[in-house]
Amino acid sequence: MTSPLEQKKIKITGPSMVTANRTWDGIVIYRTSRQGWSADLSDAAIVRTSDEARALLTEAEADDVGAVGAYIAPVAVKDTGAIEPGNLREHIRSEGVTIGLSVPA
Amino acid sequence: MPLVKSGKITGDAFVHIADDDPLPDDGAILISAARFLGDPEGLSRRVGRTGVIWPNNRDVDDLVPYLDRLAVVALVFPTFRDGRAYSQARLLRERYGFRGELRATGQILRDQFVFMLRAGFDAFEVKKESDAEAFTNTARRYSVFYQPTGDGRLTALHRRMQLRHSESASQ
Amino acid sequence: MYAYDELDRTLINERVSEFRDQVKRRLSGELTEDEFKMLRLQNGVYLQLHAYMFRVAIPYGTLSSKQLRGLAHVARRYDRGYGHFTTRQNIQYNWIKLAELPDALADLAKVGIHSMQTSGNNTRNVTSDQWAGVAPGEVEDPRIWSELLRQYTTLHPEFSFLPRKFKFAITASAHDRAAIKVHDIGLRLHKNAEGETGFEVLVGGGLGRTPFIAKTIKSFVPGRDLLSYVEAILRVYNQYGRRDNIYKARMKILVHELGIEKFAKEVEDEWLQMRDSALTLDDAVVEEIRSRFTYPVYEKLPHMPDELKKAAHDPHFEAWRKNSVALHKVPGYAIVTLSLKPVGGPPGDASAEQMDAIADLADKYSFGEIRVGHEQNLALPHVARRDLPALWRALDRIGVATPNVNLVSDIIACPGLDYCSLANARSIPIAQELTRRFANHDTANLIGRLHINISGCINACGHHHVGHIGILGVEKNGEEFYQITIGGRADENAVVGTLIGPAVPYGEVADVIEDIVEAYLALRERPDELFIDAVKRLGVEPFRERVYATR
Repeated sequence: MTSPLEQKKIKITGPSMVTANRTWDGIVIYRTSRQGWSADLSDAAIVRTSDEARALLTEAEADDVGAVGAYIAPVAVKDTGAIEPGNLREHIRSEGVTIGLSVPA
Repeated sequence: MPLVKSGKITGDAFVHIADDDPLPDDGAILISAARFLGDPEGLSRRVGRTGVIWPNNRDVDDLVPYLDRLAVVALVFPTFRDGRAYSQARLLRERYGFRGELRATGQILRDQFVFMLRAGFDAFEVKKESDAEAFTNTARRYSVFYQPTGDGRLTALHRRMQLRHSESASQ
Repeated sequence: MYAYDELDRTLINERVSEFRDQVKRRLSGELTEDEFKMLRLQNGVYLQLHAYMFRVAIPYGTLSSKQLRGLAHVARRYDRGYGHFTTRQNIQYNWIKLAELPDALADLAKVGIHSMQTSGNNTRNVTSDQWAGVAPGEVEDPRIWSELLRQYTTLHPEFSFLPRKFKFAITASAHDRAAIKVHDIGLRLHKNAEGETGFEVLVGGGLGRTPFIAKTIKSFVPGRDLLSYVEAILRVYNQYGRRDNIYKARMKILVHELGIEKFAKEVEDEWLQMRDSALTLDDAVVEEIRSRFTYPVYEKLPHMPDELKKAAHDPHFEAWRKNSVALHKVPGYAIVTLSLKPVGGPPGDASAEQMDAIADLADKYSFGEIRVGHEQNLALPHVARRDLPALWRALDRIGVATPNVNLVSDIIACPGLDYCSLANARSIPIAQELTRRFANHDTANLIGRLHINISGCINACGHHHVGHIGILGVEKNGEEFYQITIGGRADENAVVGTLIGPAVPYGEVADVIEDIVEAYLALRERPDELFIDAVKRLGVEPFRERVYATR
């Protein structure tokens, strides 16, 4: 997935959210609709227009102390309303690495 | 923006004159390289102390003939990440023997102080008040230096050899 | 092994204090991320997909057992119990918390380990041959000079904010195990006709978006002029390297744009003005550093001890011995490579338990010393041949005796999209699948020496450009695709590989590699014609045909 760190123009093609990493420990966090962050993707605020996305990102970036590297990422919204990662990169960030972690000892 | 000289925040004796403003008859001034090079002989001999702001993307060679008549050379760090002025500083001090005030301007954090001092800077236009206040402590962050610069500090290599000689001499 | 003295340790500790202050200022908001980013990079701290990644330096790939235990401790205490050895002889931890980093660094400092300049636009780890000091036919131990360069480049006030990263590598053997030709400065240590020790200096090598093979700038720089000459090169680069475009900022671009003759002249003009300076290395200074390297006191041992004779009947032991044990310059000793490429495992990883166990084995069998290679394997450099059977059993128990060194399943891979925020595609699962396809040791031996390199993006941390087979992850319409190159080499005959055709999807990569290997087996002149030589002889076409016939 082309690194979103290279995002310049903000243009979304479907439902999206804003995600970042928590500054003090680096864990993955999602911007909520209550001017905060959650480690749970289901708490993420969903935006559906480029203007909304830009506004949410700007608000998220203002929290420079709490969060690092905020960017806009796609989500998939199921019929049930459940929110899932919208691409492989976000799937890996939310679920973890796709390889077995155990190294034979 | 606080100016730090000799480890203290001090007032700036030099007035920065914009390119299209008239020069005062005397007094300490800082002018751009372009303006200075328009009349280097005349300007370097004017009454009053003269300083030049030299851009970081230009060789210092053109300034060299006038160095002994300049009170200040100000070099530029347009961003923290741009390190060209470190080379310019070392050349001015170590190769060309500049003895006036070598001033660091632009984006400067306390985390660059030690590098800048070692490169030969002795005045700093510091971005943050808190960094300026922390100057003296920050300058003491390191006591071991691996490589020689013009700052006269003994490198670790030579300190070791000195220790060894003094050990064997005292035996 | 180089012994740090009080001065070296003081510097590391001063660095830890400085970083502790910087982290504090970041967490309090006094430093913005924009200001802090450059500072954390200078201590090897990246922000990756899931967490921070922490890259720790292993200077010229040499570790004491105490230091390896220190690395295990960090994995256990501050991370998730494992570390990853990199293509530049460093180690990376993937789950580190920023707030705990100063403590991790303080723990590492106790064993003389640091993370200075493992990232950022400065001079990085000076890498070397992992067999330095023990390889037969070596001119002299290049690590003496690596240490001189390490000290010279550490916290250099003039060169800590270069246009881009800067990498050195140094070799002292005819066969280059340090890949000097793909470094910004590559150094080949040798003696001239007068018997003087000096360096062939090569510049402008590098991989990434635009790979270049380094060119010789000076065929002989005497040892005493090494640092002043390097300073001249760095000063030219610092002043004239591009700063407007991150993708054109490496020194290889400057060398290419000026041409090697003009670049050499710029460096020579600068050097002539500073050659007889405080940087000149007189014999006393070199001897001072040399004296701080300790070497084992080797015994007089037979080449074919009884223990080896007895173990020769065990086919598993023999398979391993023939694959992973190399000749040592001292008779009766051997260099043992520890494969970190188990079947189905992520290449180059080691658990904290494995690291501790290897440290104990190093104490018992290798005079307490371990080496890290850029192929992401470890080595024990001073093993008595009579100890090989006992060592093998112990290595096998901890899973680092897979007899696949330099074979098709000894894959070099970057962390890829599973970890890295720069990646376009995953690399580790590709490597894992390939080790499963080629798990049979007889097959792997039949194929012979074959280096596969996998990079998850164009930054080429897996060195795919110089793999015999190179695999590069790209993205097409949100899917993972891979470009395949063949014919690359990283050694003294370094060359960039050639693309064989359009990128293939994730699910087909292993099949494509099998097709390439099958084509080679069918087309090779003799069983001992290596893959890389067959590609040179035949060109890319026969392989392209085979792979794309049905795709």
